[in-house]
Amino acid sequence: MGDPITLIGKWLESLLFGWGLNPGIISLIMAVIGVVAIASAVLLIDILLVWVERKIVARFQDRLGPNRLGPFGLIQPIADVIKLLIKEDILPRGADKFVYNLAPILALATVLLLWAVLPLSSTIYGTNLNVGVLYIVAVGAISTLGIIMAGWASNNKYALLGAFRTVAQMISYEVPMVIALLVPVIMARSMGLKDIVDAQSVWFLFIAPLPALIVLITSIAELGRAPFDLTEAESEIVAGYHIEYTGMKFGLFYAGELLHALTVGGIIATLFLGGWRGPGAETYPILGVFYFFIKAFFLYWVIMWVKYSLPRIRIDHMLNLNWKFLTPLSLAILIVTAILDKILPRSPGAIYALGMLAANIIVGWITLQLLKSNVRRERKRVGEPRPVAQPETSAATITSQTSSSSS
Amino acid sequence: MIPLSWYLILAAALFCIGLYGVLARKNAVAILMGIELMLNSVNINLVAFWRYITPEVIAGQAFAVMVFAVAAAEVAVGLALVISIYRRRSTVVADEIDMLRL
Amino acid sequence: MTAIQAIFLVTSVVILGSALMVVTTRNLVHAALWLVVALFGVAVIFVVLNAGFLAIAQVVIYIGAIAILMIFAIMLTQRVAQDSGPQTNPNWVWAFLVAAALFGGLTWLLSAWSGFTTPLPEISSRADPLRQLGQALVSPNAYVLPFEVASVLLVAALIGAIMIAWDRKVDKGD
Repeated sequence: MGDPITLIGKWLESLLFGWGLNPGIISLIMAVIGVVAIASAVLLIDILLVWVERKIVARFQDRLGPNRLGPFGLIQPIADVIKLLIKEDILPRGADKFVYNLAPILALATVLLLWAVLPLSSTIYGTNLNVGVLYIVAVGAISTLGIIMAGWASNNKYALLGAFRTVAQMISYEVPMVIALLVPVIMARSMGLKDIVDAQSVWFLFIAPLPALIVLITSIAELGRAPFDLTEAESEIVAGYHIEYTGMKFGLFYAGELLHALTVGGIIATLFLGGWRGPGAETYPILGVFYFFIKAFFLYWVIMWVKYSLPRIRIDHMLNLNWKFLTPLSLAILIVTAILDKILPRSPGAIYALGMLAANIIVGWITLQLLKSNVRRERKRVGEPRPVAQPETSAATITSQTSSSSS
Repeated sequence: MIPLSWYLILAAALFCIGLYGVLARKNAVAILMGIELMLNSVNINLVAFWRYITPEVIAGQAFAVMVFAVAAAEVAVGLALVISIYRRRSTVVADEIDMLRL
Repeated sequence: MTAIQAIFLVTSVVILGSALMVVTTRNLVHAALWLVVALFGVAVIFVVLNAGFLAIAQVVIYIGAIAILMIFAIMLTQRVAQDSGPQTNPNWVWAFLVAAALFGGLTWLLSAWSGFTTPLPEISSRADPLRQLGQALVSPNAYVLPFEVASVLLVAALIGAIMIAWDRKVDKGD
């Protein structure tokens, strides 16, 4: 009664069986219908995201946002889509046609692939891969390939430079992300996302806040959103790897970026915020879908909050942040989590949870102390007077010249 | 079903195509691509033998993981060498890099 | 022709076709992209062989790192924007003959082996290759030593690559 989607699925299956098809074909058709349903639902939500993005950025910037088309501007994204569709489809001279057209498709497709493993409720999920977390990393790796293709095929040196920088940033930030993603895997004893959600009787955010923070920061860097958007900012490199894309191809990049942000919200919700868990979600699975999307949209709002509050980070600061801060921190928290996972007993869950939380707080406190001493040292180094060339005063020059000429 | 022979023939064909790439191409990076194809064919062989001959012993997959690590290390060092050579001699054509002195 | 056989045949056609394109195409960036297709096909073969972890590791390591590194290297070492002229050295006929002879020799040698046509053995659904692999890679009487040596190898390669590609012009100067 509480699971209409599974009921519809079973009714459809019995209908196909009644038509006399053999079970292999039936499961194939059901799989195709499932894929089309999830992809369409996610892409429709993507159109809503355009509206959400523009309204919320407006409110952060103390203005109203689109409010002319439809109630509260809700028709605005449809107008945007129509505008992008009727624009002229340009192919730059000297561009590689096949690769140029393939890149935006790859950028959007790799985001859709991620929805195959996210469990939307206790009964609705694409598939329960036993290597679900690694699948997420793999699909992220394929998306970096799409960006290189876009940058190279545009036959534009700014696009190529922007693509290089974006890919360098993305593959650098994959390292602490993968290490921090291992922490929920250790705590749930499985890489499958459904198993990770099933193991979260207490949300992992409350047990392991530090890895959650690291995954959030590195995912924002993977998305290429501010404050890590040096590689596609208009004042820096003229929009980076998608300079030469207009019309619906740019629309695919733009929509792909927004959808990727929501997908990242969904992934962090699954791994750290309990996924579809909530009051009553086990008995009424449709509530699970509802809770999942609330959490995903909340994290999307947090990502937007970070974007519209922080200034852009310079590229050397960004790489320093990654290699000198996030990677050692994520390694430290992984080692601490792994050791504690073996030491602490699991059966009184409170001991396990409180022990992990205490370890996280201790590691975080040590990090803050190290950062503080580092900042103090940097301030002293920058603040002390540096040797500056002093011009010779004119009185000293004249006296030395007269004395040398007279002698 | 699929007998083991199909996988072995696929791996042998991929190996020979990689070998042709290594022997016949001029550009150093293209030679490295041929080496990658050969390493992949070795991996297919390892995993096929694991699955068909000893599926209860995990040695085949463990060795495939080692091959991944070795391939990654070799590509990293090889491409660093290629880029360094390009900086000094402005060429990566293997035939033109034939003297120790410039 | 069962579904698995059809999948295998399509995948092997894709792998061999894209491998041929890798070694024959003139444009190097296209060759790198065909290499990505070939590597993806090999990942599909791993899935057919019930080695799911290796398939995803293949995508992460080969496509996510090695192929991107190759594309970077190609773009950084091109003299002019487009490659032109034949990309094969004058010995390509001998290379082709050697490769064809090796393929013939391998096939003949393997067909003389008794286990050449082994059918697929069943593995119980309770068997968990992922868990077995994880335990084998860290247990002292299995493969922990090669695992640690491989990680030392990777660190050595990392340091070596940085040292080799270090721009010495930075040190020269005044």
